[in-house]
Amino acid sequence: MAMGYSEKVRDHFANPRNVGKLENADGIGEVGNAVCGDIMKIYLKIDGDIISDVRFNTFGCGAAIATSSMATEMIKGKPISEALKLTNHAVVEALDGLPPAKLHCSVLAEEAVKAALADYYQKKGLPVPEECAAACSGDCAHCCG
Amino acid sequence: MEKIIYMDNAATTSTGKAALDAMIPVLEKDYGNPSSLHQLGQQAADLLADARKRVAACIGAQPDEIYFTSGGTESDNWAITQLALAGAAKGKKHIISTAFEHHAVLHTLKRLEKEGFTVTLLDVHQDGIVRVDELKAAIRPDTCLVTVMYANNEIGTIQPIAEIGAVCREHGIPFHTDAVQAVGHLPIDVQKQNIDLLSMSAHKFHGPKGIGALYCRRGIRLTNFIEGGAQERNRRGGTENLPAICGMAAALEDACAGMEERSKRIAAMRDRIIDEVVQNIPYVRVNGDRQKRLPGNVNICFEGIEGESLLLRLDLEGICASSGSACTSGSLDPSHVLLAIGLPKEIAHGSLRLTLDEENTEEDVDHLLNVLPGIVSGLREMSPVWEEMMKENN
Ligand SMILES: Cc1ncc(COP(=O)(O)O)c(C=O)c1O
Ligand code: FES
Repeated sequence: MAMGYSEKVRDHFANPRNVGKLENADGIGEVGNAVCGDIMKIYLKIDGDIISDVRFNTFGCGAAIATSSMATEMIKGKPISEALKLTNHAVVEALDGLPPAKLHCSVLAEEAVKAALADYYQKKGLPVPEECAAACSGDCAHCCG
Repeated sequence: MEKIIYMDNAATTSTGKAALDAMIPVLEKDYGNPSSLHQLGQQAADLLADARKRVAACIGAQPDEIYFTSGGTESDNWAITQLALAGAAKGKKHIISTAFEHHAVLHTLKRLEKEGFTVTLLDVHQDGIVRVDELKAAIRPDTCLVTVMYANNEIGTIQPIAEIGAVCREHGIPFHTDAVQAVGHLPIDVQKQNIDLLSMSAHKFHGPKGIGALYCRRGIRLTNFIEGGAQERNRRGGTENLPAICGMAAALEDACAGMEERSKRIAAMRDRIIDEVVQNIPYVRVNGDRQKRLPGNVNICFEGIEGESLLLRLDLEGICASSGSACTSGSLDPSHVLLAIGLPKEIAHGSLRLTLDEENTEEDVDHLLNVLPGIVSGLREMSPVWEEMMKENN
């Protein structure tokens, strides 16, 4: 398939997991912008310390959809503390790699998760953990430039 | 996926039977070097001369106006670089082109700019067509070359080549056209259309890849771009790729015979796709003039989705297409062609190009039109951009 996508990327693109929205989400994170061609939006449901449900909406290429799908799988049912440690490298690894030109999509996936967690803390009136800070600046050059 | 439906003929075409039949015997037995004086060499030289004659005839040129090259890219580089150098020798360092040329032209022009040339890129307007009066206005006393593509490779729009040629002729400025997408698909007559130089590439008309030609009118001084032996009348060194040249000549003759009837059938499929998509899918834009376009070219933007994911979904359905999105171009920006016709980036990202050919059937079109609406709405359903658009409209 195009640009050397791995079998796993193809699978997550063809059958993305956790697509959709959550009504009354406890945290919503959106990163990227349509001008550069990628937007990811992640919805979290949090019960106590656990991410009990997660959904995503993505506008973007095959890798953007696959990384969103994989990132949601990696945090679903997991404690928040674990989701905070999610890195784009872990997402890439779980997908058996991405073409170099598509690595920024995995960055976006990590940042979408962190932005949703940041939103959760903010909604609760809690201090936002440091791990959430590196969210998308909205300036594409900072990621893709 | 049983059958592959190939709708990416602007990228390349299948190698046709005419080309294969012409090439295989040359590969098998006519291995002589056309520069050799013995019989095998002379046999090869005859084949070369014959191919040159046939290629020339297909565009209304003389055999000694045809130079075989490695393809469209080399032909473009050769024509533009060498005519620019000839201009500079006379103190003329201004070139006119358009904003939506192929990179083989644009990047060559960029290099010339670095070397001190001034380049004016004509606007191609929303319909993807240059205006002849704007060309006239752009001409300066130091203009040494006008290069305008015959038909655009992404949106398929056909330029007023004969009129542009006439204006250039009147001003004594050499006129080059990158006709890579047009040769074998549109009737071309370099005499009637006042074309001084023309680039073509065999793999766009069912010939082999890596072979093409540059036509250069007698009387236009063309200096060498590739130095070497005495091949191509001392103009382009390197032992000729004879099998490919013979394949190219056969493919071009085949493409030009019955062109009219074939393009009618292809254009009917093109129009059916465009009409049905516009009718059945909301928020779409057809890119490029509806009439003045290549018979096989469909280019449509689907708002709210991104082109690469669209083409990958089509691929899962066995349909090969292409997109001008940034993600497929491997850069941050979507296609320069779509930006040149004034599309905002966020919409240009959602472009889909389908380029049809005589090998496509109405059944292929049925299948495409069956799966496309579902794919588009599926991707829109998961698109935050679409969600935003729908919110704003309610
Ligand atoms: C308009 C145009 N010019 C030039 C080229 C380059 O031709 P080639 O692939 O033969 O170098 C292409 C095709 O890729 C084209 O579409
Ligand atoms: S805004 Fe484009 S990658 Fe962050």
